[in-house]
Amino acid sequence: MRFISVIAIKEIRTYFASPMAYVVSAAFLAITGFFFVASVSDAFAEASIRGYLAGAIFFLIFMSPALTMRLLAEEQKLGTLELLLTSPLREFEIVFGKFIAAFVTTMVMVGLSLYFVVVLFVYGDPDIGPLLTGLFGLGMYAAATLAVGLFASSLSSNQIVGLVVGSGILTALTIIDFVSARLSGTAAQVLDAFQLGASFSVFDLDSFGVAEGGHFADFARGIISVTDIAYYSSITAVFLLLTVLVLEARRWR
Amino acid sequence: MIKIEHMSKSYGPYPAVIDISFEVLKGEIVGFLGPNGAGKTTTMRVVTGYTPPTEGDVTVGGYDVVSHSLDVRRHIGYLPETVPLYLDMTVMDYLSYMGEIRGMNKSWVKERLPKVIDMVKLGEYRNTLVGRLSKGYRQRVGISQAILHEPDVLVMDEPTIGIDPIQVVETRELISNLGEEHTMLLSSHILPEVSAICKRVLVINDGRIVADDKPDDLSEKLQHAERIEISVRGAEAPAFINAMRDISDVVDARSDQRASVVQRSEREDFLPFIVDARPNVQATETIAKTIINNGWGLTNLTPLPMTLEEIFLELTTEENLGE
Repeated sequence: MRFISVIAIKEIRTYFASPMAYVVSAAFLAITGFFFVASVSDAFAEASIRGYLAGAIFFLIFMSPALTMRLLAEEQKLGTLELLLTSPLREFEIVFGKFIAAFVTTMVMVGLSLYFVVVLFVYGDPDIGPLLTGLFGLGMYAAATLAVGLFASSLSSNQIVGLVVGSGILTALTIIDFVSARLSGTAAQVLDAFQLGASFSVFDLDSFGVAEGGHFADFARGIISVTDIAYYSSITAVFLLLTVLVLEARRWR
Repeated sequence: MIKIEHMSKSYGPYPAVIDISFEVLKGEIVGFLGPNGAGKTTTMRVVTGYTPPTEGDVTVGGYDVVSHSLDVRRHIGYLPETVPLYLDMTVMDYLSYMGEIRGMNKSWVKERLPKVIDMVKLGEYRNTLVGRLSKGYRQRVGISQAILHEPDVLVMDEPTIGIDPIQVVETRELISNLGEEHTMLLSSHILPEVSAICKRVLVINDGRIVADDKPDDLSEKLQHAERIEISVRGAEAPAFINAMRDISDVVDARSDQRASVVQRSEREDFLPFIVDARPNVQATETIAKTIINNGWGLTNLTPLPMTLEEIFLELTTEENLGE
């Protein structure tokens, strides 16, 4: 446990000592700010963070891998992975430490955007239930996307490869309903079960939609379902495990 | 401290190290000498627990590198060939982080760090970003991280590669001093470097150990033949070669076929030869006398130092003859 925190603290410091955290946070705030404003500025608009959440989960498909792409790729490029792997550390401690650092940084970023909520309370009367479940869901969603990004970063010493592979996997999970819509029966159901949650209907300025059958829909509505929690937890766990396996496999080459 | 028994390591179908065995005792400084691609780095990676051997047993301090990898890694300080540094950290931050990763607690780091920085003379750069340091200083940072946690065994892969000559001297001195407290395995492709630091040399070539000796004995063994470059005027090649072969200390004589020498000889009217002789003063003297007595003009007589490649060639061909 001590090693995990040593690595996490080092990575968090690196995040905030380099432009990366600031650039990604600025982009995140600007983009989600747009969706928030657009969703609440109509007459009779609902006082909710629905638009913000829909925008956030859509753009995390690209921002999470952007935040994680450096974490393991750079260690391989600098050769410092050789130091980590010849230190008395276990692979999972390296992976967990880095994952926690990325998660904390993302949560700081999300935290900065919480002034939207304050705005809502000042000018309206938001429903607290969906607000809390939405933010909770956002945390689970962020963890899953960061795990995928970290896995992508472990694959090579090239950060761009990490970004493209990470975003690619997340995009594939997002547009999986394009495929399932053309299938029927069990196959369609199985594919639908993997729908990540974001949707291109986020760009529909009337609905700011999330994927209807996806795992984020209930969170946005104010419902916490075990299925959704299990889905995001599984994605997180599976990709962290895969990352550990990639690092272990590196030894056997 | 380090015990390697019949260790082999292949990368896919490519063997990097083939059935090597050796032991490094506590307090020994062993130099690992070999050309690029001979298997030095691979062996070191196996010893440090970075990569497991394909076959054979390797133990460090009694711990197996595969089944007790974490215990092995706790007792080893490792400086890989490309010094692995986080360029955006200061020297102090980098070293504290490395210390903690090696399992030191904060108070131990706090107590030990100033001593190490003092030892490698990094004092004035303690708050400099590692990325701003020159190569020689980066090397010192690399050495610092290897010795910080007071490991029993130090493994250093080409510690003086790519730094300027003055810093090479300082680095060698530093390593020699470290050798007083640590068991050390050090790789190099420079023979004098290994001779200067190590009390024992392992020569590795093509994944096999071809010699295991004290540096002095090793050079003595290699000195059984001295190569002399000779140029003469007014001699016929066969007559000269026969005259040379008649001298008892001469092992072999032949025309020098190296392109540059042949070209030069065409312009300047002399014949170049290579003579292998036993390494004693009389041999050279006798050769010179013979040339003069035959009425040939001696224009050049230079003993050639053996290059590392020739030493390897020597060692490997000898091995083959012995089989």
